[in-house]
Amino acid sequence: MLRLILYRLFYGLLTLFVVSLVVFAATQALPSDPAQAILGREAADPARLAALREQLNLDQPLALQYWSWLSGVAVLDFGTSLSGGMPVSELLGPRIQASLTLMLVTAVIAAPVAMAIGAFAALRRDRRFDHASSMATLVLAAVPEFAIGIAGILLLATGGLKLLPAVYAGSSTEVLANPDQLVLPVLTLAIAVSPPIIRMMRASMIEVLESEYVQQARLKGLPERTVIWRHAAPNAIGPVAQVIALQLGWLAGGVVAIEFLFNFPGIGKALMEAIEARNLPVIQAVTLLIAAVYVLVNLIADVVGLAANPKVRVSSR
Amino acid sequence: MTGSEANADTGADTGTGTGAAAGRGGTALRVEDLAVVGHPSEVEIISGVSLTLERGHILGLVGESGSGKTTLGLSLLAHCKRATEVSQGSIEVSGTALTGLGENEVRALRGRAVAYIPQSPASALNPALRLRTQLTEALHEWDEQERGPRADRVREVLREVALPDDDAFLGRYPHQLSGGQQQRVAIAMAFAGYPDVIVMDEPTTGLDVTTQAHVLQTIRSMTRDYGTAGVYISHDMAVVADLADDIAVMYKGEVVERGAASQVLAEPEHPYTRRLLRAVPLLRTEGHPEPEAPAEGPVLEVSGLQAGYGGTTVLRDIDLQVQRGECVALLGESGSGKTTLSRSVAGLHTQFSGGLVFDGEALAHSSYKRTAEQRRRVQYIFQNPYEALNPRKRVRDLILAPYRHLAGKPKDPDAVVARALERAALPASYAARYPEQLSGGERQRVSIARAISTGPDLLICDEITSALDVSVQAEIVELLRNLQDEGMALLFVTHNIALVSNIAQKVAVLNKGEIVEYGHVGEVMARPRHEYTRALIADTPDFELSLPPSDADLQAPEAAGQ
Amino acid sequence: MSTAATASGAAPAAPAAPVRRPGLLRTAWRFHRTKIGVLLAGAVLLVAVAGPFVSPFSPTEGAGMPNSASAAGTLFGTDDVGRDVFSRFLHGGYTLVTIAVASALAGVTAGAVLGIVAGYLRNWADELIMRTNDMLLAFPQLVLALLLLSILGPKVWLIVTIIAVSHANRVARVTREATLKVVEQDFVKSAEAIGVPRWRIMATEILPNITSPLLVELGLRITYSVGTIATLSFLGMGLQPPQADWGLMINEGRTAITIQPWAVVLPVTAVAVLTIGANLITDGLSRASIGIDRGVEK
Repeated sequence: MLRLILYRLFYGLLTLFVVSLVVFAATQALPSDPAQAILGREAADPARLAALREQLNLDQPLALQYWSWLSGVAVLDFGTSLSGGMPVSELLGPRIQASLTLMLVTAVIAAPVAMAIGAFAALRRDRRFDHASSMATLVLAAVPEFAIGIAGILLLATGGLKLLPAVYAGSSTEVLANPDQLVLPVLTLAIAVSPPIIRMMRASMIEVLESEYVQQARLKGLPERTVIWRHAAPNAIGPVAQVIALQLGWLAGGVVAIEFLFNFPGIGKALMEAIEARNLPVIQAVTLLIAAVYVLVNLIADVVGLAANPKVRVSSR
Repeated sequence: MTGSEANADTGADTGTGTGAAAGRGGTALRVEDLAVVGHPSEVEIISGVSLTLERGHILGLVGESGSGKTTLGLSLLAHCKRATEVSQGSIEVSGTALTGLGENEVRALRGRAVAYIPQSPASALNPALRLRTQLTEALHEWDEQERGPRADRVREVLREVALPDDDAFLGRYPHQLSGGQQQRVAIAMAFAGYPDVIVMDEPTTGLDVTTQAHVLQTIRSMTRDYGTAGVYISHDMAVVADLADDIAVMYKGEVVERGAASQVLAEPEHPYTRRLLRAVPLLRTEGHPEPEAPAEGPVLEVSGLQAGYGGTTVLRDIDLQVQRGECVALLGESGSGKTTLSRSVAGLHTQFSGGLVFDGEALAHSSYKRTAEQRRRVQYIFQNPYEALNPRKRVRDLILAPYRHLAGKPKDPDAVVARALERAALPASYAARYPEQLSGGERQRVSIARAISTGPDLLICDEITSALDVSVQAEIVELLRNLQDEGMALLFVTHNIALVSNIAQKVAVLNKGEIVEYGHVGEVMARPRHEYTRALIADTPDFELSLPPSDADLQAPEAAGQ
Repeated sequence: MSTAATASGAAPAAPAAPVRRPGLLRTAWRFHRTKIGVLLAGAVLLVAVAGPFVSPFSPTEGAGMPNSASAAGTLFGTDDVGRDVFSRFLHGGYTLVTIAVASALAGVTAGAVLGIVAGYLRNWADELIMRTNDMLLAFPQLVLALLLLSILGPKVWLIVTIIAVSHANRVARVTREATLKVVEQDFVKSAEAIGVPRWRIMATEILPNITSPLLVELGLRITYSVGTIATLSFLGMGLQPPQADWGLMINEGRTAITIQPWAVVLPVTAVAVLTIGANLITDGLSRASIGIDRGVEK
């Protein structure tokens, strides 16, 4: 058990290392001169070009560039923002907080609700609720999240009901101070993130309900409540935990379009702004962060999945 | 092994006639005119089934796959699988009608009035719950005031099925038990609440014969001690003959014959029962002539073979010879290494050392390194006919593709296919079918046709009848005997000792990777030298055909035509 | 395993062969959702393909005052620089659909090849392919695309490549699982025993038996491609102005959503209906391939 966890942990670290290589290679080790690419038309000014090259350590060999960048990252020093000159970590700090709040609120709402809907659909298999939720998940799983957000804006903010603000207008430090502005982004993300959880919960629950041990529990004469809560549910949740983790990991990337749409001051919007301004250190930091969240969440899901399985937890015989 | 004789006398007076007279006292189970239909096709899965069963008796419910025996068994607990329902008839357990009861009333009766022992305890025990929880649950209608703590009862019933009753054992999860232990737990769970009727759905499938013998012994003594009526569902006539007081034979959803075991076995009335009885392979057969000394060298010679997976050795010092036209049975239980040995010979398992000589020439380890001629002359037939044929190819292509690969392009492909099918006793028109249009037995015949189309000298048969019903098994064995008469050598891998006498001339008994006994079948069966072989023979239900063998020939064409 | 086949024994007289189960597409067509899906996706595809031929205005030239919901002579008004919204809508689907289908096809083909090789050979190639896959999976598809597109510039071939690659590793996973199930079956062993070359086993024994999951994957990947490409354009990292493109139209129109909603509503609806249609078809296929809800057959 411990060995398995250590193995996964090591593997997660290895993955992060490779991810850092990819991020670095994509941004800094390009065939063309990144400094020139960043400055675009302004690259005509040799002084500015030279200054930028120095700031990015471009005059050093590639391996050394990577090493100094990585050793900085290890102590959360992502370099200096090219616009404004602030350290990237300081710039991103409140943005990360804002995004994490958004993601956590979404997860806390979406995961239990989705699991409940999926389990209920399984218990009501082939009845009206099941059909309705199956159709709804199919439709919502297909549509890109920004389209869901726009539909939300059109329905609840501008068009039909003018209930909620269409875009976020607050600062990144006091996200929870304006709950009404959070409703639409959270709702959109929750709707986008839920369908796979619902479907997996339903499928997993149905598989367990059809299993021989659940049939045996029923043939023993146990009340349906006991059959579901003691025999079925614990076995059904294992596979769902993986999907939940995957979806939470997806959230890390999914916030980009949603923050862009709602003008929400999180890392997604920071990434889009950095891309616009060709702010290389910020692009590197944000993509690395998102990948790290993704790897971490998957790692946690793996460990939880292992711990929940008595076959792994208790070594056999 | 004395159960059948002892029970035969008491069982004789039950059967069909006693139903009307028996009141609450004697009759534990009464089923009348029961039918179960499946949706959406509205096909009757079982129809018009009537049964009665006395306390302390065991009813053997015999039938082949698809006969509806499991559906009937489950309906005795008022349980229907998805998309099926009871459409007519009644079930009475100890005078209480099960049909028409509400969900809660049925629930209260389960475990107390009627309990269930599943086919595969490995999947019927909840993997996430400790044994204590699962066993205690079975006592949901238990009155602690009157009958003492549940925990005491759990320990008591565990002792009765010869399992440990300590806390450490109760704290285990199902995956920490062996297959036999799991089945005992399932038995304990069923008997815990003193039910009137117990339904057992092939509870010994997947267990080796020794464990099976122990489990059957437990079932027998528990039903007798508790005065419980048992319904034992099985496809294995030999086991049922050994265990049951009454027998009911199911065929295509109907009970075609029922009566006292002694009567059904001795004087079966329905032709299907007779066919079923004749198909049971007999443990001891008469007349195994000493084979003559071989005129030429052996087709296959294995000497000092060791094989394994990774670091573990599963076979040691294997010496074996197969002569032309001879069948050597490789007998062993699961895990004995018999399949590893047969796959090594076929070139599918390459991690072995030692001598492997085919017709005077050494065989390379991997089939890919053998000559085309060697691959043509050694053919392998697989255990599961449902997996051995590519479902996307027609029978014609299934036979022709290997033929082209090994023997070259045939001049007349249709003739090759027709000839192969004919030798496997299939009509030529089957060439156009896909595997899904064939029954299990037909699929296995196609596998055989595919293997013999290239004219091999050695046929390796890996448990090729174990996935088939007994009546089909008998036909396949007959077919193999004919091939052998044509001069083909067979290496017949099996776990069923009763089959050995029916097909092989020589037998090699494998136990834990070693051949513990090797010799002529007649001699080994009559005078087994090794302890393991003796135990194997003793634990196998010894079925004796009490039908006059004379009209066997009369029935043969009909049996084949079914 | 059909119950019909197991019911009857060997028959020398050769009765009429039992009917084969209908193929995947025909089974899928039986579901209502498949028909609805074909209708929805077909309608949007029709707009995307035939739209450019019937558009009243040029998609890139002005037709009236900017951001007017009811400009004279236009059906749905004008956008932020005065171009006809309806004409841009009719022109805006073709590229999206082509790129989406191309990247899905490329991704599924590559993924299928990798998955079969990894699942069948089970050696170092498997390790390599699957470990590389795990690494790629550590990047959310959209973020990887944004990273590369922002640095290398938003080029169509790059979009297709990135999406195809990120599809390929997910398809490879599914294909590998499906392959493992097939490889376990004895007919593969049977071919090995007589020495049929590995590549031919993969092509003739394995591939025909995993077409169902592959078809399901193709549907799913087309759905996701449309969504991802539309999102990229919406973020300004896909097709570039002044080209007419549904995602780009949403990006350009969203600031004026209150006064000229049509510039957003039309393309959003098209993208949503297309993805929903594709997903309904996919679901019909996947239900047909795993045989959901057959009940008890004859």
